[in-house]
Amino acid sequence: MSAESAAAPAAAKTDGWEPKIVAFCCNWCSYGGADSAGMGRFQQPASTRIIRVMCSGRIDPLHVFNAFLEGADAVLVTGCHIGDCHYVNGNDKTKIKYKYLENVVHELGIEKERLQLNWISASEGEKFANFIRDVTAQIKKLGPSPLKPEGVA
Amino acid sequence: MKGSVAVVGGGIAGIQAALDLADSGFKTYLIESRPSIGGVMSQLDKTFPTNDCAMCILSPKLVETARHPNIELLSYSDVKSITGKAGDFKVKVIRKARYVDETKCTGCGSCTEKCPSKVADEYNAGMARRKSIYIPFAQAIPRVATIDAAHCIYLTKGKCGMCKKVCGPKAVDYEQKDKEVELNVGSVVLATGFKPFDPSVLKQYRFDHPDVITALQFERLLSASGPTQGHVTKQTDGKVPKNIAFIQCVGSRNPRINRKHCSSVCCMYATKESIIAKEHDPELNITIFHIDIRAYGKNFEEFYNRAQREYGIKYINSRPSEVTVGPNNALSLKYEDFNTGDLVSKNFDMVVLSIGLDPADSTHALAKSSGIALDDFGNIATSIENPVETSVAGIYVCGVAQGPKDIPDTVAQASAAASKAAALLSPERGTLIKERKFPEEKKLSIEPRIGVFVCHCGINIGSVVNVPQVVEYAKTLPGVTYAQEMLYACSSDSQVTIKDAISKNDLNRVVVASCTPRTHEPLFQNTCREAGLNPYLFELANIREHCSWVHSKEKERATEKAKGIVQMAVAKSALFQPLYKQKVDLINKALVLGGGVAGMTAALDIANNGYHVTLVEKEKELGGMLREMTELYDGKKPADVLKELIGKVSGNKNIKIINEAKLIKVEGYLGNFKGTILASGKELPVDFGAAVVATGARNLEPSGLFEYGKDSHVVTQAQLEKMLANSISAKNVTMIQCVGARSKEREYCGRTCCVDAVKNAIRIKKTNSSANVYVLYRDMRTYGVMEKLYGNARELGVVFIKYEPENPPKVQNGSVIVHDVMLNLDIELASDLIVLSTPLVAGENEEINQLFKIPLDKNKFFLEAHPKLRPVDFATDGIFLCGSAQAPKLIEEAISQASAAASRACTILSRKFIETEGAISIVNEAKCIGCGTCVTVCPYNAPSLYDVTVKAEEVTYTTKKSKINAASCKGCGSCAAACPAGAITAQHFSSKEIGEAIDAFQKGVKSISLEKGVVEVTV
Ligand code: FES
Repeated sequence: MSAESAAAPAAAKTDGWEPKIVAFCCNWCSYGGADSAGMGRFQQPASTRIIRVMCSGRIDPLHVFNAFLEGADAVLVTGCHIGDCHYVNGNDKTKIKYKYLENVVHELGIEKERLQLNWISASEGEKFANFIRDVTAQIKKLGPSPLKPEGVA
Repeated sequence: MKGSVAVVGGGIAGIQAALDLADSGFKTYLIESRPSIGGVMSQLDKTFPTNDCAMCILSPKLVETARHPNIELLSYSDVKSITGKAGDFKVKVIRKARYVDETKCTGCGSCTEKCPSKVADEYNAGMARRKSIYIPFAQAIPRVATIDAAHCIYLTKGKCGMCKKVCGPKAVDYEQKDKEVELNVGSVVLATGFKPFDPSVLKQYRFDHPDVITALQFERLLSASGPTQGHVTKQTDGKVPKNIAFIQCVGSRNPRINRKHCSSVCCMYATKESIIAKEHDPELNITIFHIDIRAYGKNFEEFYNRAQREYGIKYINSRPSEVTVGPNNALSLKYEDFNTGDLVSKNFDMVVLSIGLDPADSTHALAKSSGIALDDFGNIATSIENPVETSVAGIYVCGVAQGPKDIPDTVAQASAAASKAAALLSPERGTLIKERKFPEEKKLSIEPRIGVFVCHCGINIGSVVNVPQVVEYAKTLPGVTYAQEMLYACSSDSQVTIKDAISKNDLNRVVVASCTPRTHEPLFQNTCREAGLNPYLFELANIREHCSWVHSKEKERATEKAKGIVQMAVAKSALFQPLYKQKVDLINKALVLGGGVAGMTAALDIANNGYHVTLVEKEKELGGMLREMTELYDGKKPADVLKELIGKVSGNKNIKIINEAKLIKVEGYLGNFKGTILASGKELPVDFGAAVVATGARNLEPSGLFEYGKDSHVVTQAQLEKMLANSISAKNVTMIQCVGARSKEREYCGRTCCVDAVKNAIRIKKTNSSANVYVLYRDMRTYGVMEKLYGNARELGVVFIKYEPENPPKVQNGSVIVHDVMLNLDIELASDLIVLSTPLVAGENEEINQLFKIPLDKNKFFLEAHPKLRPVDFATDGIFLCGSAQAPKLIEEAISQASAAASRACTILSRKFIETEGAISIVNEAKCIGCGTCVTVCPYNAPSLYDVTVKAEEVTYTTKKSKINAASCKGCGSCAAACPAGAITAQHFSSKEIGEAIDAFQKGVKSISLEKGVVEVTV
């Protein structure tokens, strides 16, 4: 609520507008975190769709660009905490790719809030919900992504 | 002889034993008294010393147990008696009336919601209330409701009947009666666990006060699934406490109430709980009152140090005499500070009693009725050499039923017990197990014909999401030929409905929109497979955890989102292709590295399970460190123990011993390793399917410490051990503990040194009662039943003097000067023998770590796959670990671990083939540029480069291409994401499939008008 009122300048443009957020989650941790959010009934905005991959290491920068080009207002890259990856070190590799992604996104002039990385364990339901809530509020403030193709809401 | 085993007790011990046995080809009955399996571990918030979430690591084991075709779960059942003999036991089991038909209940929870009767919730240690019809906790297995007959209004008064009314699948049955069944099994494993000590016996601790709670209750307060969602609050006023005291050893180390044992886990769980509480609320002040802090396990000492250093948790060396309740209900503690000698009274807002582990009542009853011997403490009696064998042949024991221990030791013993039962019954292996039979897969037509099943999940989804609308919407999606709603998609009758729909509508893809794939995907995949569909043609759309449960107040948005989720799942599933797990042959032989007690035991157990073993020892003779010992703490002679063991090993036709040898090369993967052994200058090839690393450790030489090496009166504990083979002349013996351990350069605790010191002190006193023996210690860590030794030593007159690490003893001209903390005095002890207790340090583990690419910890011991639940596994499949190579440990612990490693290895060796992961990555050779990125990225060495000759027009050249070994690929997809040429496809998670899902999301949900059946796109 407070986040919305703080977004007063953009409010007219984005009134009632729900951003579209793509969240990549690894099967073993962050997807489980989203499940735990459900089990704990931690309410969150309906802005996000989860794409499940087995490991965050599977997330190809191309998938992220694809999401932006298709019209996503934000893309979330999530996985297990460092050291906890089910496949030894997939998330270490994610970290490296993410650095690169951040740079490109910066070059493209996309606000940094639109691409976020978070490590969430399978038990961190509340953290997952808070994350979605925070990102949604931030994106609401920013309005639709500049990369959104025409005709996509 | 029967190829089946009854495992009594469904805690983590029973679960592990059952899984190992079932995986090794035995039909296993898992009998649990409570409505759900999981035991005390399911009540824990986190586990020490990693603070892993307990439920997160346990829950997959619960599901695995429930789903295993060879495990029959008898929950809410008690064992009445065990009769018969090894190979042929009769186990009488009472299946208690649940008043709910397990086969019909779907676990939706509607009954619980409506039930008007509330009682204390045992899962929350009485800190919350539950209904009289209940499912103990969210992840309970089996997920079925149970009626608490003592409190149910209908069963006690004949009124109400609410649950029966609201139960959709008609599962409630008030007429149900207890049933007695008899199981005929070849062996029995007892894993009956413990009973938390009831502190109301100790009136001085005022357990009647609401803010005096047990550590188990505190654990529930810390848990997000607990009564306060993880917020620590006082029971009296709901306020946040500022000062919390932990009192250790409540119900342990207390001969007055006949609790002579140390409970082994309380020091660490109190430390863990304190850390978590501090993480929640950094303002909290926590004080732990203790006698000794027993941080003896791997990484425990480090954990204890962190608690003090980083979290500011205070440890006070004292056992408070009483808790007093002052005016305004305020709590205060009276204690004598052992370090200062002061009598202190201090106020606290909350007092946590670190209660000990008592033997379970059921252990007693069962031992009595079945003639199984108990030890002095009421645990099931075993011996050092046979730590899991009970007094009755064919009945084995594991976990706390055998003596207090932590989770990893419990899990190791569970596997050990499984190994013994499996060895006993090995001729019958595979005779009673079921192999699942499936119909042939039908041909996949080109056009997708997708069936969508949308679940109401009782009211869980249906009360928020408009399910019929989602169904209608699904029907409009491209490729969907059929859609329907279901009340409970996971119930057994729904499986029949889905199968019928597949065959009637010739479906070739199935989407179920219900709950999380992490628990339910295998169930539906199985259903698909039974209907002749490849399991990889199935997709779950999670509209419960990710939708109805988290948008419960926004019904319209939730419905729109559910449609969107289904749309994405449908789009993705249209691209699915059948995938197959490959079967690869395996070598049913094992390699054991190290011929000490651990290695020999592992080899013997594997051999007794019927598999060939190559045992490689670097020395001339077998025996390892036990050869250096002269007496075990129970009085037995190690030489006798060794003689027997070596005799068995060398006499076993399944074991090939290679002495003075070492492994120098190894390649391959689970089931198919090829190695080279270097023995007396010759290289020998060795093939094996699984390996056990048991390379031991060595004693630390304390050069430069306490005049060692300079003064001939200064020896190590290991040297004293040897000297004690004959009687020694020394009249004044002083032992110094923690030499080279618990220090800056070596932070860990040596674990065995206190027991060794006490044992040798007793030996000296017994041969010469007039000798003076002093033990200078920091904490006496005679954990578990070893506490008895410590007591014996004191009775015999051994003097224990506590010193502080800041003020260590000094060795000077044949005497030791120590600052006695309790007396606050420097004491000079004239000593004709000074004994330094040094820890075990890692041996030559680096060589093996390089060979197998298995990790070492910071102390160069091997790092197990998981410190709690996979103590003898490596993250790399097919390689196992035991004994001191993992961390210092006592002989019986090394033996348990060795049998455990054998059991784990046998779960592989007993397979007919190795099944690979289905959804693995594949390389498109035409696109591959042979750069080798995939080879670098893969943690499993699955991709490799090979040479190919390419003929293009006039030229022929050789280049490199990558191929992925299906047997080693785990399907994480890292290589596909890294491949610069886009040559690798992570099947089932391909860029195309992911792209379709993203595309479907961005297209948005179309609105459809139901009356006219017209579809219009509003975006
Ligand atoms: S499995 Fe979660 S990041 Fe690799």
